[in-house]
Amino acid sequence: MVEIHPFVILFAAIFTSNILLTNYLGMCSFLSVSRDIKASWGLGFAVIFVMTATTAINWLAYYYVLVPTGLEHFWYIIFIMIIAAFVQLVEIVIEKTSPVIYVNLGIFLPLITVNCAILGVSLFMIIRGYDFMQSVAYGFGGGVGWALAIIAMAGIRQKIKRSKVPAPLQGAGIALIIAGIMAFAFIGFSGMIQVQ
Amino acid sequence: MAQAKVKKIFYNAFWKDNPVFRQILGICSTLAVTNLIINTVIMDLGVIFVVMMSSFTVSVLRNLTPHRIRMMVQVLIIAAYVIMVDLILKAYVPDISRALGPYVGLIITNCIIMGRCEAFAGSNRPLPALVDGLATGLGYSVILLAIAIPREILGFGTLLHGTAWQVSLLPDSFTKWTIMVMAPGAFFMLATVIWIVRALTDQGQEDEAHG
Repeated sequence: MVEIHPFVILFAAIFTSNILLTNYLGMCSFLSVSRDIKASWGLGFAVIFVMTATTAINWLAYYYVLVPTGLEHFWYIIFIMIIAAFVQLVEIVIEKTSPVIYVNLGIFLPLITVNCAILGVSLFMIIRGYDFMQSVAYGFGGGVGWALAIIAMAGIRQKIKRSKVPAPLQGAGIALIIAGIMAFAFIGFSGMIQVQ
Repeated sequence: MAQAKVKKIFYNAFWKDNPVFRQILGICSTLAVTNLIINTVIMDLGVIFVVMMSSFTVSVLRNLTPHRIRMMVQVLIIAAYVIMVDLILKAYVPDISRALGPYVGLIITNCIIMGRCEAFAGSNRPLPALVDGLATGLGYSVILLAIAIPREILGFGTLLHGTAWQVSLLPDSFTKWTIMVMAPGAFFMLATVIWIVRALTDQGQEDEAHG
C-alpha cells in the first residue's frame, strides 16, 4: 500500500476512483450547485484548494499529535474542527486581502465545511495509510476530480433545460441519472490503474 | 405531550419532510452503503442512534448555547455520538465496520442530522426532539432499504448476502447485474426511488437544501 508513487495516486483520484462518481462524496452540494456553471467553477476551485490544504494539515495533526498522544479515537472531532477552522481562516484572509477573489470564491466557503468530500478524503487517506506526499497528491487529485465532475454536470444540466423531463423526475432525479451515466463513463478508466 | 402531537411530529419527519426524497439530504451515504442489505441495516441503526441522541442533546442544551457558536456545538455533539457508534461497530462487527470504512465517520457531515438539529431540536423541548430524531432516522432507513434490496437482488441474486441468513432468490442461470453493486447502479436506483415516490405523492415541488 505504501509503495505507490504519488503521481499514480493523483491520476487515480482524478479518473479511476473519482471521489464523487465512485465514492459518492460531496453529493449534496453537487446536486444543488451544479444548476449554475459559474457557481460550479467557483465551488470547484474552492474545493481543490481547501481539500489539498486540509489533507496536509490533517495528516500532520494525525501522525504528529494524535498518534504520539494515543488519542486516535478522537480523529473525527479533530479533523472536522481543523476543516472548519481552516475554512473560517481562509475566509477572513481572503476578505481582507483580495476582494475580487472573495466575491468569486468567498460565498462558497461556508458550503465547504459541510461538504462530506473534504472530510471523506481525510478519512480515506488515514484508512489507506498514505504517507505525506501521497496524501497531498490524493487531496489535490480528489479536488480536481470533484471539480471536473461538477463542471461537466453543470454543462449538461444547462443543455437539459430545453428538454422535456417528466415532472416527478425534474431537479434531483434527472441529475442523479446523469451522474449515473457519467459514472459509467468513468468506469471506462478503471482498467488503467489498480489503485483503490 | 399529547398523543396527537407525537403523531404529527412523527408523520412530518418521517414522510412529509422525508430527508432523502423530499429534501435531498444525506445522499452520500445513501448511495455508498446500499450495495448490501446488511451494511445498510448497520448504517441505519447508527444513523438512527446518532440523530436521536444528538437532537435530544442539542435540545437539552438549547438555552445554554450561545447563538453564534451553535453550529460548532452541534458538530461537536454529533461527532461525540458518531465516535461512540464507530467504536461499538469496531468492537462487535469488525467486518462490517471495515466495509463501511469512512462512511461511519461521514455521519458527522450527513446534512440530515445537522438539519434536524438546526430546524427542530434547536427550538423545541427535548422529548419532541427525540421523537423527531427517531422519525427522521426511520424515514432515512426505509429509503435506504428500498434502494438496497433491489440492488442486492439484481447484483448478487441474494438477500442478506454475507450473513448467516443468506437466501438465494434467483437461479444460477441468472446473469448478475454487476453494475447494480457498482457506482452507476446506486445513482440509477436512487433516481428511480425519487421518481416513484414523487409520482405517487404528486407533489413535484422540492426544496433542495444546501449542505
